[in-house]
Order: sequence, then C-alpha cells, then structure tokens
Amino acid sequence: MAMTDRPVIEVAGLQMSYGSTAVLRGVELRVDAGEVVVLLGPNGAGKTTSIEILEGFRAASAGSVRVLGADPLTAGEAWRARVGVVLQSWRDHARWRVRELLVHLGEFYRPFSTPQRPRPWDADELLARVGLADKASRQIMGLSGGERRRLDVAVGLVGRPELLFLDEPTAGFDPQARRDFHDLIRSLADAEVTILFTTHDLDEAERLADRILVLAGGRIIADASPDSLRRQVGSTTEVRWARDGLTHVHSTETPADFLREVLNAPGGPVTDLEVRRASLEDAYLSLVHRLEAASPEADTEAAVRDFIGSATASRHEEG
Amino acid sequence: MGITGGIARSALRQARIELRVQWMSWTALGWLVFPAIGLVVLFFLRDQDVMGSQVTLAQIGIPGLLAMNLVSTGVMGVGGQLQTERDDGTLLRAKAIPHGMQTHLLANVLVFTATALIPVIIMVIAASFMVDGITPRDPVAWLRFAGVAVLGLFATLPIGALLGALMRSPVVLGISSLFLYGAMAISGIFYPLGALPGWLQWVGQVLPTYWLGIGLRSALLPPEAVLLELGGSWRVGPMIIVLGAWALLGLTLAPAALRRMARKQSGSQVAAARDRVMSRGY
Repeated sequence: MAMTDRPVIEVAGLQMSYGSTAVLRGVELRVDAGEVVVLLGPNGAGKTTSIEILEGFRAASAGSVRVLGADPLTAGEAWRARVGVVLQSWRDHARWRVRELLVHLGEFYRPFSTPQRPRPWDADELLARVGLADKASRQIMGLSGGERRRLDVAVGLVGRPELLFLDEPTAGFDPQARRDFHDLIRSLADAEVTILFTTHDLDEAERLADRILVLAGGRIIADASPDSLRRQVGSTTEVRWARDGLTHVHSTETPADFLREVLNAPGGPVTDLEVRRASLEDAYLSLVHRLEAASPEADTEAAVRDFIGSATASRHEEG
Repeated sequence: MGITGGIARSALRQARIELRVQWMSWTALGWLVFPAIGLVVLFFLRDQDVMGSQVTLAQIGIPGLLAMNLVSTGVMGVGGQLQTERDDGTLLRAKAIPHGMQTHLLANVLVFTATALIPVIIMVIAASFMVDGITPRDPVAWLRFAGVAVLGLFATLPIGALLGALMRSPVVLGISSLFLYGAMAISGIFYPLGALPGWLQWVGQVLPTYWLGIGLRSALLPPEAVLLELGGSWRVGPMIIVLGAWALLGLTLAPAALRRMARKQSGSQVAAARDRVMSRGY
C-alpha cells in the first residue's frame, strides 16, 4: 500500500468524559496517508466517540486532535470537502432516487475540485463501483439493508475524500455483501484514500487492515499489524487429532516438534489432524480479557500502561 | 459563481426534489383534505350573517382557514420536519458535507414556503367559485394578499424552526401544538375578536395569528366588512409592525437555536433516536 510518512491523523492526550464518566483517558494515535487502519474495542470502549471527535462532530474534553492538518471542530468547509464520512443511514431521503441523491450530494464538492482530485466522483461510475448501477433509479426506501449500506459508502466517497471514516460499515451485512464490501475497500487503496474504520468483525479487520488499534479502558492498548498482533499475544498453536477412536487436543509453542512426536508415537494411524494457529480473534480476546482481569478500576491505569508497553513495540519493527 | 451561488443552486435543486417527492405522495392529499372539509362546511354557512352585519360566516371563515393553514404549516410543519430530520439522520448527512447544513436549512425554507402557499392558493381559487365576496377585487388586492401571506410566513416559520430545534421529543412538540390551536381560538380568525371578553382581546392582539387574520381579511373581503374589526379599521400599519416584529424576533433567535442543534447533531444521537423508535414506536 502507498504508505508515506505524512500524518493524516495525529491525536495526543485525547480525553473525553460524559459528566463524571471518563470514556477516553488519554488516547494517542497517528495514521499516515494511504493506510487502512481498523479501530477495535469492546462495546462502550469509546470507538464511536473517538471517530466522532475526528470527524468534527463532537468536542473532546481535553487533548490535541489534528486531522488533515487542522482541528476538526473549527476546520471549515474546505477541510470538510476532503473528508468522507460513511453514516449508518436509517430512513433519511427515503423517497429520493438513488442516483438523484448521489448527484445532488456530489454537487456540493464541485467547488472544491482540484486537477489532482476531480470532484465530485461521477455518480454512474461510483454506483457501478459499489454494485448499485442497476438500482440507480430506485427509490431509496426500496433498497435492501445491504444495498442501502453500499449507498452510504457511495455517499461517503462521492467527494473523492482524502480520508474516509466508517463506523461499523458491515453491521447487518450478509456474507456476500460483506465480501463485496471488502473488495470495494481494498480497491480504494488505489484511489489514494486513507481509511479509518471500526468493526466488531475480527476476520474483517484481519483482511483489510494495514494496522489494528485496540481501544479499551479508554486508551489504545495495542497498535500493530494483524500479523504481529496475533504473534505477540497468542503464540500458541492448537493441535487436534484422533487416533484409535479417541480425539486429542493440545496447545503448543512448537507445533512442528510436537507434530513429529505425535506422528512417531506408537499406535494406530492418525486421523482428523488439524493444526490451528492462534487467530487474531484469540489475540484480541486475550488482550481485552487480560485488561479486564487487571481491573478493578484502580488497577486499570497500570494494566493499560503495561499493555501499551508490550503491545505497541512491534508496530515500529513492522515498518 | 462563488460559494453563495453554489449554495443557492444546491438549495433550489434540493427544494425541487423535495417538493416533487412530497406532492407526489399521499402526504400531499392529507394537506388538502382538511382545508377541503373546512371549505365545504363554510359553503353551507354562506347565508349565515355575523353579528347582524352584511358579512357572512363563510366570508369570515375562509381567511381564517387560510391563516390557520399558513400558521400550522409554518410552525408545526417546520418544527416536526426538523425533529424528524434530526432523528432520521438527514441533518447529520447535511453536516457531513461542505456547506451542507446552510444549504439544507435554506432548502427547507423554500420547501415550506411552497408547502404553505400552495394549499392557500388552491383554497382561494376554489373558494371564489363557492362563496361571493372573498376574492381579491383587483391586482392591488391580490398583491396585498400575497404580501400578507409572505409576511405571515416570515413571522411563523422561524417560530417553527425554534420549536423544532429546541424540543427533544415529538410528544413535547405535540403538546405545544395544543397551545398553537389555543392561540388560534383567541385570535379572532374564525369570529370577530370583539365577541371575546376584553382581557382575551388584549392577549389575542399580541399574537401573530390575529394580525395575519386581519391582514388576509383586508385583502379578501369587501370594504364594508371593516365594520366588524376592532375600531372599525383594517389597521394596516400596526399589522405590518407586529408581524414584522415577530419575524424579526424569530429571525434573531432561530439561527442560534439551529446552530446549536447542528453542533449537537451526531451519529450517536441518530442511533439513540433509532433505538427509541424501534422500542417505543415514535
């Protein structure tokens, strides 16, 4: 992917409280141009809050936030034109036609067109790209849930954004719609879009992300590529086999050696052999569980600090 | 062309699409049914005189119907629309695009101007075939009619925007509509204000509905109908001043309320509204 050292998002010491409840307690993050970054975290960890602060829809309690070189809250319309937001639409513009809405919203970006980035994105081309070409003249209320979300993505892209935010873009997708959406996001890398999105789908995060951030306890507790996140947290491999009608399961740090032992051991033939590396999901769950086990509240701070120490180191070694 | 031109063109395009969508649906029929019923009722009262005068109940009632239509569209229509758009994510979408919010609000003003005026024009034309002495007599009277209607909208649209921006729940907005109909009842738009107790007359004369009513009567009714008015005068000067003052007050307060509403609009708010509708049904 076309990564550069140009920071698109820079956040330092970000805090957010609602009344006396602290949701974000000092978030640090940086996203460079061209990256696809996924924000993971348990429910209520503040993912949506963080995204809304970056989008300029919400004021932070404290900390510094720079997105495309400006403070999102005060950045103005030219900045807004460079940012795409994929909203979870519900029933707005129900009676508008699909193409009509896209053309209408696209026109807002025309004054911000540049030779490098002609704006807006042509509506028909965009509809074809999200797979809605044959629905162009449908009323929006006639779309299925998945089609509607693809339209949401098209609306987020119509201004040819440099930075695209998506909050749980595939919630409620069926497997085919999810697959199509993944292809779409991967193809956007050529369009020089930096992407930050949240999801609960670990498999999705692994497929799409250059980098994964885990938000828990009000901090970023892990910041690494999917591979290194998996390696550093769950280095064990699970071996499952059957012999003489008995099923065995064993976890090991050295799967090759262990397998050799199993196969050389006396007895009947080995059947149903399965070797499974710890998945990203295992890694993620173990991270979050360890953090939660380290609480009660008083200890959260220490647990978070501990994690930041162990989990972020690998990001830089990845390069 | 510049930014302002772009905003105006986008707002016009949006208003055109919205109006097409609204008027090509059953909703539009709903807006016409109530005025139609009102006209039919008044048609049967066309021989009933008011307080022994030459003026019939139908002649008084038709400007009243027009005033009621303008005010309820201007206040409840706009208020309800803003609330709906805040809940369903329309405003959030507007906020996510450059100049989106200004354009969207401008488009709403255009849409509601048309939505309020279209039934009024249809009613005036329909009534001219049904009842005598309620049609503007000359071009000047037509101009006066148009001027009063537009001034009345300017006085009421911002109030609707203010309510829609400030009131969180549809229930609260519904309750405030009761006050609106109460206000109409003491505004002399269906029966001369002189028939009310003295103190209520004073209250009535503060409200924009009274002045919109007298303004419309002055444009539609024959000259002798003026005898039914307080002081036997159409009071054109005071009408312009009071409606203008309401418009000024609204236009001063509404933008701040709308800005606050826009600032607070977020995805979480839309999600909360969606959950509320899913669980409670409204």
